[in-house]
Amino acid sequence: MNLALSDEQELLREAARGALSRADTVAAARAALEDPAAAPDLWPLAIEAGWPGMLVSEERGGAGLGAFDAMLVAQECGRVLAGVPLLGPLPASALLDAGGDERAEAVAAAEVRAGWLPARPPDDLGAGWTVDARSGSTREPAPAAVVDGDDVRFTGTVAWVPDAPGADLLVVVGATEDGAPVAGVLATAAATVEPVVRYDATRALGHVTLDGARAARLDVGAEQIERAWYLAQSLLAAESVGAVEATLEMAVAYAKERFTFGRPIGSYQAIKHGLTEVLRLLENARSLLYYAGYAFADRPEEFALAASAARSAAGRALEFAARQNITTHGGIGATWEHDAPLYFRRAQLSRRLLAGTSGATDRVAAALLAAADAAA
Amino acid sequence: MDLSDSPEQARYRETVRGWLRDHRDEAPAAAGSNEDAGYIAARRRWQGRLAEAGLAGVTWPAEYGGQGLGAIEHVIVNQEISAAGVPGILDTIGVGMLGPTIIAHGTDAQKARYLGPMLHGDEVWCQLFSEPAAGSDLAGIQARARREDDGSWRLSGQKVWTTNAQFASFGLLIARTDPDVPKHKGLTMFVVPMDAAGVTVRGLRQISGEAEFNEVFFDDVRLDGDAVVGQVDDGWRTALTTLMFERLTIGLGTEGLGYKEGRFARALAADAGARRDPEVRRRLGEIAAELIAVKFGGYRALTALQRGQIPGPEAGLAKVTLVNAAIAAGELIADTLGPDALEDGGEWSYMISFLPGLKTAGGTKEILRNTIGERVLGLPPEPRLDKGVVFSELRSREREAAAAAAR
Repeated sequence: MNLALSDEQELLREAARGALSRADTVAAARAALEDPAAAPDLWPLAIEAGWPGMLVSEERGGAGLGAFDAMLVAQECGRVLAGVPLLGPLPASALLDAGGDERAEAVAAAEVRAGWLPARPPDDLGAGWTVDARSGSTREPAPAAVVDGDDVRFTGTVAWVPDAPGADLLVVVGATEDGAPVAGVLATAAATVEPVVRYDATRALGHVTLDGARAARLDVGAEQIERAWYLAQSLLAAESVGAVEATLEMAVAYAKERFTFGRPIGSYQAIKHGLTEVLRLLENARSLLYYAGYAFADRPEEFALAASAARSAAGRALEFAARQNITTHGGIGATWEHDAPLYFRRAQLSRRLLAGTSGATDRVAAALLAAADAAA
Repeated sequence: MDLSDSPEQARYRETVRGWLRDHRDEAPAAAGSNEDAGYIAARRRWQGRLAEAGLAGVTWPAEYGGQGLGAIEHVIVNQEISAAGVPGILDTIGVGMLGPTIIAHGTDAQKARYLGPMLHGDEVWCQLFSEPAAGSDLAGIQARARREDDGSWRLSGQKVWTTNAQFASFGLLIARTDPDVPKHKGLTMFVVPMDAAGVTVRGLRQISGEAEFNEVFFDDVRLDGDAVVGQVDDGWRTALTTLMFERLTIGLGTEGLGYKEGRFARALAADAGARRDPEVRRRLGEIAAELIAVKFGGYRALTALQRGQIPGPEAGLAKVTLVNAAIAAGELIADTLGPDALEDGGEWSYMISFLPGLKTAGGTKEILRNTIGERVLGLPPEPRLDKGVVFSELRSREREAAAAAAR
C-alpha cells in the first residue's frame, strides 16, 4: 500500500511552485481583466520547466511521466491562477505520442506548441461524440470526419477550446458518419480560431471552426481518444484543487486576524465550520486525484470513472471554497482589489468548460450504472 | 503509487485467506440479532477461534496474546474476513479500544487478569463513558465514585449509549472522584464487573426499533481498590488513550458498514426511468464521488499509518462524508422506489433509520469541526466558560442559568 507522493513527485511539485513564484500571476489575473494584453505569456516558463514534453515518451525526447505528475503541475498552476497552457497541449501531446507521430518529438522539444479540440466520449443515453456548443445547453456533435487514405477531412465547430490561441498545430477529434472517433493533426492555419476571453482572464479560449480542413490521420483508437478527454478532466480537477488550497489558506489567515465583538472571527463556529467544510471537500477531491493518477497508470479501465469523479468533486469543492472565501472576508472579499474574486472567477468559468462539472458528475453515474448492469 | 501488497503482506494475506477458507464452516451468520443469546454465544466462540488463529488483536503486543503486527495487517485481516463472508470478532470495542487502554495504563495484574479472556471472547467488555448530560463534553460526566476507608470505592450514576452492555462481563468506566477541582482533573478510570450488585442494564430502542445501545445504572456499586486503571484523578489522560484508539477503530471499521457506491447504483439501475433522469444521475454521481473519495482517503491514511504517522482529527472528516453520502443515498433510493423502500425490516428502511444516530456516534460532527478547525486549520478556539472552574461550582452555575432561563 503506497498512496503518497514519491520523492521525485515532491521535487516536481516544489520545482513547479518555485518556477511559478517568479511571476506574480495573481496580480496579472486582475490586470488582464482590464487589459487583455497584460496577461503574461507563461509558455516560455512552461518550456523552461520541461512541461510540454512531460507526457511524451522518453524515446521521443519526452519525460515519459504520468497523468499524476501532470496533475501536480496543474495543481500548482491552479494555486496561483497561472494561465499556463496545459489543458490543450498535454492531451494533444499524449495523443501524438500514442499515435507514434513524429510531431511528438517537436512538441517535446518545444519547437511547436500543440493544441487539442476536446470531444466528449459517448454516453449511455444515446449521445455520440460531442463538443461544447457556443451557446445553450445542447451539446454539438463532434466535427464530421471523412477519412481519405492517410488523411482525414474535418468539418465543424468546437467552442470554448482552452489554449487554442497560440497553438501551432491542432489535434482534432471528430466522428465518422457511423459514429467512430477519428483523430488527426493539422496546422492551426488550416482552421479558423476566434480567440475569446470570458470572465476569467487567465484562460485563453478559442472557438475553432474547420471547413473540410485536411489533417494527417493519427494512428490512435477510440480508447486513446477517450483517454485524452479524461486526462483533461483530471488536469482541470487538479487545477481546481490547487485553487481550493489557496482560498482556504487565504480565508484561514483572515479569520485569525479579523476581530468582531472582541473575538477573532475564526473562533465563531459559523466561520470555523464553513472552513472545515472547505477542508473536507478539498481532501476528498485530493483523494480522487490520487485515484485518477493511480487509474491512469494501473487501472486504465477505471480512468473514466476516476477522472470524472475527481473533476466532479474538485469542481464542487472550488465552487464552495470560492464563495466561502468571499463570505469569510465579508464585503471586502467582494471588491475588485481583493484576490478572492479572482478565484471566484476561476470557479465560475471552470465549472462550465469541457462539458462542465455537471457533465463529469453525470459520467460518474453512467459508469456506476454500467457497472451495476454488468454485475446483474 | 501502488495499492498492492508487498511480498510479505501478500504472504500474510494468503495465510489469513487459507485459514478462513478452512474454517469458514465453523462461523455463525455474518449478521444476527444481539437480542438472540444463541447467536451471541456463537459469535463469542467464533471470536475465540479467530484469536487462536491470530486473527484477533493483530496489533496487540505478543506478550498479551496479540500478533505484534501493524495496522496494515489489521486491515488485511478485516478485508479477508469481509471477503470470506464471515463475521469478525464480536468485541471490537474491547479488543480495539479498551484492551489497548489497559495495555497502556493498566497494572501487570490487570493485564494478566483481563486481556486474555477479552481477546478470546470469553469475557465481553463495554465502554462506560457517555452520560445523558455528557457526550461531546465528556469531561462533564457526573457518575461519582467515593473512596471508602478500606480503600474500596462506591459508585453511583448513569451511563448511556453503551453497546454490548447487556452481555458484557466488564465495563471500563470513567467517574468523577474529586468534584472540587476543574472538570478534567478529578476523573478516574475503573474496571466495573457488570454482575456487581447495584448495576442495572436497560436496552435503549432506536428509530429502527432495535436496541443497539443500553442505558446502565449504578446504585452504590462497590468496587475494589485495584479496580482503578491508571492513576486516581488522572482518568482524563487514560480516557484520551481510549478515544485515540476509538478514532482508529472507527476509521478502520467503516468497511463493514457496507455503504458502497456500487450497492446504491444497483438499487437504481433496474429502474428504467430513474436511470435516465438527470436529477437522479446527478445525485448518484455526487454520492458516488464522495464514497470513492472516502475509499481512497482511507488508502492515504493507511499509507501514513504504515509510515508510523498517527492519524489526526482530520480523519474524522471521512466519517462525516461517509454518513452524509449514505444518508443522501437512502433519500435517493427511497425517492426512486417510493414508500416500498420504507417497509419495516427492509434493507433501505433499516439504513435510513440507522443513520441519524450514526451521525452522532463517536462524537457529533459539530464538535469534530471545532476540533479540526482548531487543531488542523489553526483557528482560534471558541471562548469557554468552564476553563479552570472547579467542577462543583460549574455545575451550580449551570443549574442557576437553566433555572433563570426557565423563569
